[in-house]
Amino acid sequence: MTFSDTLIQSYSAIKTQPVRVLLIILAMSIGIASVTVLTALGESARLYIVNEFEALGTHLVIVLPGRAETTGGHPPIFGETPRDLTLADAQALFRSRNIAAIAPINIGAAPVSTKGLERETTIIGSTASLRRVRHLNMAQGRFLPDTDTNKILSVCVIGQTIKNELFAQQQALGQWLRINDRRFRVIGVLSSEGQSIGVDFDDMVIIPVTAAQTLFNTQSLFRILLEAKSKPAMYKAVDEIKDIIKARHDGEDDVTLITQDSVVKTFDDILMALTLAVTSIASISLAVAGILVMNVMWVSVSQRTSEIGLLKALGATKRQIMYLFLSEAAILSIAGALTGLILGKATLFILQTVYPDFPVYLPTWAVFAALAVALLTALIFGVLPAKQAAEMNPVTALRRK
Amino acid sequence: MFNVIALLDQPSSGKYTLNNQDVTQLNDQELAKARRENIGFVFQFFHLIPRYTAAENIEIPMILAGVPSKERKQRVAEALIAVNLQDRAAHRPDQLSGGQTQRVAIARAMIMRPQILLADEPTGNLDSQSGKEIIALLENLNQQQVTLLMITHDETIGRRAQRRIRLIDGQISLP
Repeated sequence: MTFSDTLIQSYSAIKTQPVRVLLIILAMSIGIASVTVLTALGESARLYIVNEFEALGTHLVIVLPGRAETTGGHPPIFGETPRDLTLADAQALFRSRNIAAIAPINIGAAPVSTKGLERETTIIGSTASLRRVRHLNMAQGRFLPDTDTNKILSVCVIGQTIKNELFAQQQALGQWLRINDRRFRVIGVLSSEGQSIGVDFDDMVIIPVTAAQTLFNTQSLFRILLEAKSKPAMYKAVDEIKDIIKARHDGEDDVTLITQDSVVKTFDDILMALTLAVTSIASISLAVAGILVMNVMWVSVSQRTSEIGLLKALGATKRQIMYLFLSEAAILSIAGALTGLILGKATLFILQTVYPDFPVYLPTWAVFAALAVALLTALIFGVLPAKQAAEMNPVTALRRK
Repeated sequence: MFNVIALLDQPSSGKYTLNNQDVTQLNDQELAKARRENIGFVFQFFHLIPRYTAAENIEIPMILAGVPSKERKQRVAEALIAVNLQDRAAHRPDQLSGGQTQRVAIARAMIMRPQILLADEPTGNLDSQSGKEIIALLENLNQQQVTLLMITHDETIGRRAQRRIRLIDGQISLP
């Protein structure tokens, strides 16, 4: 019996059992749709995060004070270290010819007030280079001036939320803001950036780094952000940064360097693992569908016992009978998988309509994987009933009505 | 005994040789092939597949044997003419009379041109007129060099056989 004849025979048997067909297609399509939707959401989250990071530039280097080795724990995110990073350290990094921009960062929280309105918010101290390094856009005015870093200027740049909360419809440019006991003139308003990898620039006030050090009464930096001239230059810059800081810190290698691509890769790996984990959980529904396939195939074998006996009498081999039933299961599962893909696509379309900011993307590999898994499920769960049919005694089978 | 001759069952003792071949030595595939090529079946209850048309039921043994589609269609058309059912090709079993159904079953049994035709009470479920037509058809096949082995409780039909073996309570007795 040829492959196409097997499929035709199986299809003709399937057509006579519409309820059974609907049941299997329903179960399989729910399984495939859930796997498809969750894979797409996981994959979309991964791409979203990776794109967010890559939007910051692919050759960004972050210098953190301290090392896992010197602090005796995890890399020191919050800068607890025996030797601080200072503004002088940041300025010394200009010696590297592979660095295009350096933005020293100081961060803290303080009450910001104007004309009787007050709001506790995040204050970032940095330089003009921050705009380049973090790809910030201005809605109004200008960013911090590119002047001597050591000069204390009483100017600030505010985010959209701060502008709306403190100035509402009024002009913010040129107005004075009080941060703690100091006054800063607003020289620029950032355009709305939304959340960028957990940092909300809309709800921030950016002031010159020296002003921030005075404000928070500290000499140390939270971190230094650097933009290398190119991706190859980034790797050279990393070595140079280590050497420069080491020379300045009495030969001690006590800073942690994080490159943009390593962060992207780490997130990529974590989110890929998360996607696979979520997909695996969703595939439990496929196992349930598989069990239904097995049950329905068993009923089919039982109801067609006489037909199996006849086919054997007419010269069908065990293998031919087995293939007939397996292809039935496969056809039903593939039909279920295709329905599931349509369902999944429809769900994703609805999600995309409801949440237009979150890009939903169904990878091509997931479509093929769904079809392959459905087929595999059918074959695994269909094999027992098919084997039972193939092994049936033709004499006994023919006697059954 | 019928099942053993039909290669559907293995003898518990003794030997069965078909075309000089000891069938007890054959595996599943070889037995299926031997059945397909040498033996045709006609059953009391017809055993047609209800979802198939007359033509499709006749085609089944050829599908199992891997006969190309074009040849299958041609041979089915010839078989339908041979059993005088060319105008019933597209009818399903529930749209045929008992006699017509049995004629479809005979056409199916003969489609692989077997040497042996095994008929198990072929008229047992038919009215007398249809029964006579079926017996005439089977005798006609027998005259075309097909060995006809028929099981019947009908003495009238039994008397028409060239050789009779009477079984009483599972024991062979002389005619």
